[in-house]
Amino acid sequence: MLRALELRKDFGGLTVLQSTSVDFRPGEVHALMGENGAGKSTLMKVLAGLYRPDGGHIEWRGGHADFASPHEALVAGIAMIHQELMPILDLTVAENITLGAEPCDRLGRIDKEAQLHRASELLGELEADIDPSRLMRTLTVAQTQVVEIAKALGRNADVILMDEPTAALSDHEVAALFRFIARLKARGVTIVYTTHKMDEVFRLADRISVLRDGNLVGTAPASEMNPAKLITMMVGRELADVFPVRQPPTDEILLEVSGLTREPSYRNVSFQVRRGEVVALAGLMGAGRTEVASAIYGLQPASSGQIRLNGRAISIRNPQDSLSAGIGMVTEDRKGLGLIPALGVGQNITLTALRNFSKGQFLDHTAEAAAVGAQMAEFSIKSSGTSQPISQLSGGNQQKALLARCLLGAPQLIILDEPTRGIDIGAKAEIYALIQKLARAGKAVLLVSSELPEVLSLAHRIVVLRRGSVSATLEATTTDQETVLRHAMPL
Amino acid sequence: MPALDRNLLHRFGLLLVILLVGLALSLWTDTFLSLANFTNVARQVSINGILAVGVTFVLLTAGVDLSLGSVVALSGVACATFAHPGEYSVFVPIAVGLLTGTACGLVNGVLVTRGGVAPFIVTLGMMTIARGLALIFSGGRPVANMSNELTALAGDIWGIPIPVLCFAGVAFVAWYFLRNFRLGRHIYAVGGNENAARAAGVPVERVKLLAYGLCGLLTGLAGVVLAARITTGQPNAGQAYELDAIAAVVIGGTSLAGGVGTITGTLLGVLLIGVINNGLDLMGVSSYYQAVIKGVIIVGAVWLDRRQARS
Repeated sequence: MLRALELRKDFGGLTVLQSTSVDFRPGEVHALMGENGAGKSTLMKVLAGLYRPDGGHIEWRGGHADFASPHEALVAGIAMIHQELMPILDLTVAENITLGAEPCDRLGRIDKEAQLHRASELLGELEADIDPSRLMRTLTVAQTQVVEIAKALGRNADVILMDEPTAALSDHEVAALFRFIARLKARGVTIVYTTHKMDEVFRLADRISVLRDGNLVGTAPASEMNPAKLITMMVGRELADVFPVRQPPTDEILLEVSGLTREPSYRNVSFQVRRGEVVALAGLMGAGRTEVASAIYGLQPASSGQIRLNGRAISIRNPQDSLSAGIGMVTEDRKGLGLIPALGVGQNITLTALRNFSKGQFLDHTAEAAAVGAQMAEFSIKSSGTSQPISQLSGGNQQKALLARCLLGAPQLIILDEPTRGIDIGAKAEIYALIQKLARAGKAVLLVSSELPEVLSLAHRIVVLRRGSVSATLEATTTDQETVLRHAMPL
Repeated sequence: MPALDRNLLHRFGLLLVILLVGLALSLWTDTFLSLANFTNVARQVSINGILAVGVTFVLLTAGVDLSLGSVVALSGVACATFAHPGEYSVFVPIAVGLLTGTACGLVNGVLVTRGGVAPFIVTLGMMTIARGLALIFSGGRPVANMSNELTALAGDIWGIPIPVLCFAGVAFVAWYFLRNFRLGRHIYAVGGNENAARAAGVPVERVKLLAYGLCGLLTGLAGVVLAARITTGQPNAGQAYELDAIAAVVIGGTSLAGGVGTITGTLLGVLLIGVINNGLDLMGVSSYYQAVIKGVIIVGAVWLDRRQARS
């Protein structure tokens, strides 16, 4: 049995975890819930030996445990699946999965056969169709996450800490993971689990511990909890319906995509987005949603097909083209394609619309500072100052800063790819409200999201992609999760 | 700690080190603390300083330029070739030198951006190509017989050496550019995260080309100044100059990974290397030992800085 006893962790004078005590029982799924910054990840990282506690201690198998490194925790039987994926891109899937525990022969040479076998065995348990000899670099975000999970599961640990393992997974992959978790449970393995997805908690957890501002609010059996009660515990206040009311869109077509094709990702994709309308691209992971959105923004142009904006055909070869046409995008890959980590929050926000704050080449620092101030207030971005490096902000604040960057250029069409991934429910509600506000202001919003409740509640229409082709276009008010899924699943 | 404070602390720390070294040298030798010696130090660092400012642009974009020394030689030879007395106006050799440097820089930039070849390889190639061209154009011999108008560039105005004025001017313009120009901001963005910068609409290729071009232009300037100072175009001049320049920039807090760094830091880095060189000379340390000591100081300074940044 694993037990946290009055664990405390400080970062530079800031206490992120204060004397928290939780016990984790063998064979249970224990969900840690809380907003971003509540201390969930920190607690997990202390348990996994990534951080040394500044107070309290860990009890493990009846003894006092003091892990100096993640490796020591692993040897003791505690493995962690990290929220930030840490793949080694130029190794194969099998090499990543067996990293640090490679099967060797007597001379210490790696047994490639056994390595591939072990990897496909684990991927098979997760019902994932990934060739273990592929290079990590060629995988999608979702596949990478599956591999990271397989890596942790392969350690035969007695405790597995999972920090948002489903953030990038499709429903199909989530279901497979849950079936596997059930099998682990039956074997007596303890699963400690964090997520921002409400439905998952109640499908999965035996007990729930809620953290707020580094303190344990309480632990209770999942059967005695419900979503409303849980949110109240997490937020410390009643949260009204997180989804704001939709207004009907206008009839004016802003974006018209026809016959968009880029083999093998997607083909013959056609749809329209009107002013004041939110259109969602739904589909399973790998159906081509992100690729279609990236083509419209010019990150990865389509090889054929037409994009019309305001009735005029436009040619988009790169983001500069789309931005000057009035298209903005917040990408799914916040770290890779969003943040300039070393630059301050302010300079990150003004990066795209910098031309608006300069006369010729000369920057107008006063106008820039004013715009930054206005955006930070409008999006309620919390930082210690506008020059604080954006890498030091929480995920929710980073995401809001990137939204602020996108909207500062006043685009007509806004493409949002997984805008709420990995951020807490408070920030999510703010982003939902913002999307409706944009629609009311006559903008067109193209939303890519893996979370069906989000898609159904935010969008007016849903364009479902299946293996790169449009399989249905549905009115959100007259459809449900089952219908969307039916169109999304391969026949 | 916010980046601004850390930069301030870094610069303050570096300034403190320079002052301490200066203080030690003032006590140790009776020649260090004099206006004449300070002018001397300034004159000695000016060429490395101009190069360091130039290569700061490239390092900020997460690139590197190993061809500085060779391009200095090529620009010097090109300049000297057009600087014989009574042939052309003094502006012609200067322009030829600057253009030669700029051309080399732009070729580097095009190969990095359009060709997609790693900056290390591209500029390594340019390093030997420029050296070869310098030897070809000069026939392997120093190009002598330069006009007095041009060699006057190594002289003084109001008691201040012209190379020092060049260095100061270049540093000021570069500082102003990085701070107040849109393209300056773009250089930081490209170095910080190239893909994110591209997704945000930054013309990444143009920005990199500009950085290599500016670096080339300043390398050409350094070549002209050096030719004026040694009154010849030396095809073998500038050996390993790129290493001193890059060392100064890195000591000044610029990250080799790009996106972080300032001209003020570069300035202090140049100054530290200059003061140490001067001090070792004054103390009569043999050049063999000087090389070892300088290497230790470069690695030590950066090690201390990174250790401080991590804590």
